[in-house]
Amino acid sequence: MLPRGEDVARGALRVSGLSVHFGGLVALSEVSLDISAGEVLGVIGPNGAGKTTLFNVICGFVAPREGDVLWRGHSLRRTPTHRRASLGIARTLQGVGLFPALSVLENVMAGADHRRRSGLLSGLLGLPRADRDESELRAIASTMLERLDLAEVAQRLPDSLPYALQKRVALARALVCEPQLLMLDEPAAGLDSGDIARLRELISELKGSMAVMLVEHRIDVVTELCDRVAVLDFGRLIASGPPEAIKSDPKVLEAYLGAEQPYA
Amino acid sequence: MTAVAHLIARLEAARAGWLRLPRQTLARHLVLAVGFGLAFYVLSVYISPYRDSQLATAAYYFTALVGLTVLTGLNGQLSIGHGALMAIGAYATVLLIGRAHFALVPTLVAVTVITATAGGVLGAGAARLRGPYLAGATLALAVGLPALADGYPGTFGGDNGLTVAPPTPPASLGLSFPLTRWEAWIAGVGALVAFVVVANLLRGRAGRVFRAVRDHEVSAQLVGIPVARTQVLAFTLSAACAGLAGGLYVVVNQLAAPGAFQLSLSLSLLTGVVLGGLGTLGGAVWGALALVFLPAWATNLSHAISLPTNVSSNLPLALYGIALAGGMLLAPRGIQGALGRAGQWLGVRLRKSTSNEEGSDEQDHK
Repeated sequence: MLPRGEDVARGALRVSGLSVHFGGLVALSEVSLDISAGEVLGVIGPNGAGKTTLFNVICGFVAPREGDVLWRGHSLRRTPTHRRASLGIARTLQGVGLFPALSVLENVMAGADHRRRSGLLSGLLGLPRADRDESELRAIASTMLERLDLAEVAQRLPDSLPYALQKRVALARALVCEPQLLMLDEPAAGLDSGDIARLRELISELKGSMAVMLVEHRIDVVTELCDRVAVLDFGRLIASGPPEAIKSDPKVLEAYLGAEQPYA
Repeated sequence: MTAVAHLIARLEAARAGWLRLPRQTLARHLVLAVGFGLAFYVLSVYISPYRDSQLATAAYYFTALVGLTVLTGLNGQLSIGHGALMAIGAYATVLLIGRAHFALVPTLVAVTVITATAGGVLGAGAARLRGPYLAGATLALAVGLPALADGYPGTFGGDNGLTVAPPTPPASLGLSFPLTRWEAWIAGVGALVAFVVVANLLRGRAGRVFRAVRDHEVSAQLVGIPVARTQVLAFTLSAACAGLAGGLYVVVNQLAAPGAFQLSLSLSLLTGVVLGGLGTLGGAVWGALALVFLPAWATNLSHAISLPTNVSSNLPLALYGIALAGGMLLAPRGIQGALGRAGQWLGVRLRKSTSNEEGSDEQDHK
């Protein structure tokens, strides 16, 4: 396992020359970008630009045809998805993706699962070591729920909660992994203005403590929160830079508006 | 109503006090197992030898259903081949006792390990399959494996199968001690061991992980759960229970023959776990009782009604099917789910009536 908590000032994650094809469809084409520790990188682009595919490659759900994903200088090519969580990579899904039969507390405990120490035999025999592990996981998950104001719904099933709370539980489950890279896939989708304001606060709090990759259609959210923005269009990286520069980039405007000049 | 409410209040107080189970997992489940064991013992002593044999049958069905509870109920993998896994356990038991002259307890341990290993191998293949494809693969196992006995009659005894001597009750129990009661005790102990191990596993991380994989494989991987390995583990554990159930089947019936492990057994097990309540150990108890008593009840009913032979011979199956369909319509979460809901409803009603009475008492006092 790679060491965690080490100083990785630059290049926490580096994506180099990534190409993904689905049959004849080019989902990503020679995409290269990197993200530093503590940085918030926005990934934007029209629908079908390849944003979620990029996330899927980084998580290991999709194998690239060409290129590689480097995490702290090590290739993730042979690292299965489930092991990437223990390397410090966490992600939320476009929907909520919670486990419907598990309570909110159990959902978040599942997020901290890779931090367990006891093995299968301890579990089979119900040994105190397994109980201690469970107690620790419960305490960690409860702390996370309190941090995100979810303690009151800890014993509820996810489906009984409003959508905004479900999304917050999904975020709690990702954060309890203690990620060094948090990938948020459209976290503001389906939220009202109050919930979005709260989400902004939360991501602002995370800034500096971990790298955050944010796929989001709300440009105001991206502009406010992101240090840099990468823009994809038809699987290609067409621009990358500070949000203000991106907003006036002609290529970006063309991708979004289909015109070469911005509207007056 | 008041007396019932007071009784329930006292029971709740006892549950919070001296009846409270230990918090430590192993101690908790050992206490439960001792309680269930005592109930089983008392029941076995007071019922007839025939009922003892039914109790023994329920115990080995329960053991197999515990395995299916893990696999299908908690991990979402559909198996129509558990009868075949029981067959592996049964044949291994007969061979180990009859030919290798193993004692009973080491034999049951060995067959559990053997079947778990077979289950692990099957599980590795099953982890690549989903839904109807997995069901189809396990169906092939249920159909194909018992047929192996015909292919190797020298080893497996062909159609007639292999027999073994019945277990001998200790002399200290007396010469007139019913054999069926002794068999029921052995099967009961086997069932309790399966209960303790699986209950331990489900109360902790494994139960959560199994359900997480069942409910959302993508999210499970994202939080660091190895989905395929978890599915293989569930299959292995489930097969171990089926193997032990097969061993207990031999203890009760002294026989391992292809006819006993046909596809119908696998389907019955699946029926039992669904009827009892998927995913709960309580459901496995109800499922086992249903598998023993429902066909017997259907047969008795068909005998009680004077019908032509060709109708009465098929009536038990029809009644069995009707009971199953009716049960699913009335209680989609099985017997355990229905009892849980009934308990909740009753609890709410009693609490309401108690609070109303307290309210009227206060008014009278004023």
